[in-house]
Amino acid sequence: MTAAAPLGKDLLGLEPLSGEQISLILDTAEPFKEISERAIKKVPTLRGSTVVNLFFENSTRTRISFEFAEKRLSADTVNVSSSGSSVSKGETLVDTARNLEAMRIDMVVIRHGSSGAAKFLAGRIESNVINAGDGMHEHPTQGLLDLLTLRDHFKRIEGLRVCICGDVLHSRVARSNIWGLRKLGAEVAVCGPRSLMPNAIDEMGVTVFSRIEEAIEWADALNILRLQLERMTAGYIPSLREYNRVFGVTRERLERAPRDVLILHPGPMNRGVEIDSDVADGPHSVILPQVTNGVAVRMAVLYLLSGGRPELAESAKAGKGAP
Amino acid sequence: MTEHTETILDASAVERTLRRMAGEIVEANGGTDNLVIVGIQRRGVQLADRIVALINASDGVAVPRGALDITLYRDDLQTIGPRPVVGATELPGSIDGCNVVIVDDVLFTGRTIRAALDELADFGRPARIELAVLIDRGGRELPIQPDIVGKKVAVRAGDRVDVQVHEIDGQSAVVLVSKRFE
Repeated sequence: MTAAAPLGKDLLGLEPLSGEQISLILDTAEPFKEISERAIKKVPTLRGSTVVNLFFENSTRTRISFEFAEKRLSADTVNVSSSGSSVSKGETLVDTARNLEAMRIDMVVIRHGSSGAAKFLAGRIESNVINAGDGMHEHPTQGLLDLLTLRDHFKRIEGLRVCICGDVLHSRVARSNIWGLRKLGAEVAVCGPRSLMPNAIDEMGVTVFSRIEEAIEWADALNILRLQLERMTAGYIPSLREYNRVFGVTRERLERAPRDVLILHPGPMNRGVEIDSDVADGPHSVILPQVTNGVAVRMAVLYLLSGGRPELAESAKAGKGAP
Repeated sequence: MTEHTETILDASAVERTLRRMAGEIVEANGGTDNLVIVGIQRRGVQLADRIVALINASDGVAVPRGALDITLYRDDLQTIGPRPVVGATELPGSIDGCNVVIVDDVLFTGRTIRAALDELADFGRPARIELAVLIDRGGRELPIQPDIVGKKVAVRAGDRVDVQVHEIDGQSAVVLVSKRFE
């Protein structure tokens, strides 16, 4: 047993975390993978804890992944979505959370369409808050599972060259990836149409490629982002066919790369737009291992945020309850 | 207050003790058929390795060895700080119908062993489970007793028994650490 850097009350993003804290989560996730391989995929660690999944935005894989993680740690879970809850009757986010907290919940996993919603909530309730994606800000557990998948494959993060391709402007995954990768010593680039790049992208310490061929030539791994068509209120690209022709990651383009390039995608994929099927299903794709790692990473985050309440630790040190 | 250390077992005494324990494990199980040795992370695993090597040397049989990390089965997640690092649990195959011997370095409150029994039950249904510990320091909080003991040591509350193994500590020994007022 070794001492570990505490994470604090909440996980709101990777930007506020140190490289040591990010490594702690990845190291903790490693043994959690084994639990999902067992016949009985469950440990009693969070028995008696209640976790509320507040999903104000549609999500299938993230919600299910969190729910698997919670159930495999034996937590009790409740799912709340905006439609069908009091939110649709005009209740505020804080009132919803306070009401749930009054029912003695321990943790809230929140997905929200507004950037900063998770932080807003975390400052107003005592329960642990985990950001499952807020607007165009961050999606920390997706960033962490991407890091774990890269580390599994390359056995390191430091010095890796990772290019995030596509709709960086609308992507919270891109931001979490950039923060996480840079804090662990990777070189990061982005590639996509200038219309889908944030104005301040140059200030995030990343290289910007405007041609996908350059990105493929440079990178050890490509993290290919979905075109978030539902967020595009203006004409950011001429057409999907045009986007695929200029920025699509195709087998032909990958075959010209000087080395094998690992392919990641946070899903859901637009096949034939940002990624071709023979790349998504090809030998260098780790898209499904990403999904597997997602459960382990979320178990690690739930575990690390749940443990070690200082006031109880003091009484344990005084001689009660320590094994 | 200063720390006073006293070596209870040196390297050769640890070796002799483990040799005796290995013999007792084989004798208690009527041989090595169906036997699985499972060490508790961390130092229990190294001790289990040594016991397996000793059985192999004397009986010419490679007994399967597993490792159990009980961190996620502890009953005090809310009270531990700083948080422990979760280690790996690896069993050498199905434990259904096997004679499992749990190996740990120090037996104190019994809560670690309770957690180990809970975890083993999630992996299968052994025919029998025994407990072998290098040091029994007393102070049990649960009705758990060892079957095979290397050495019993009377330890005052607040004192600590450190089992050192080559793989982690660079030497093999058992040390009693007491706090004394000067």
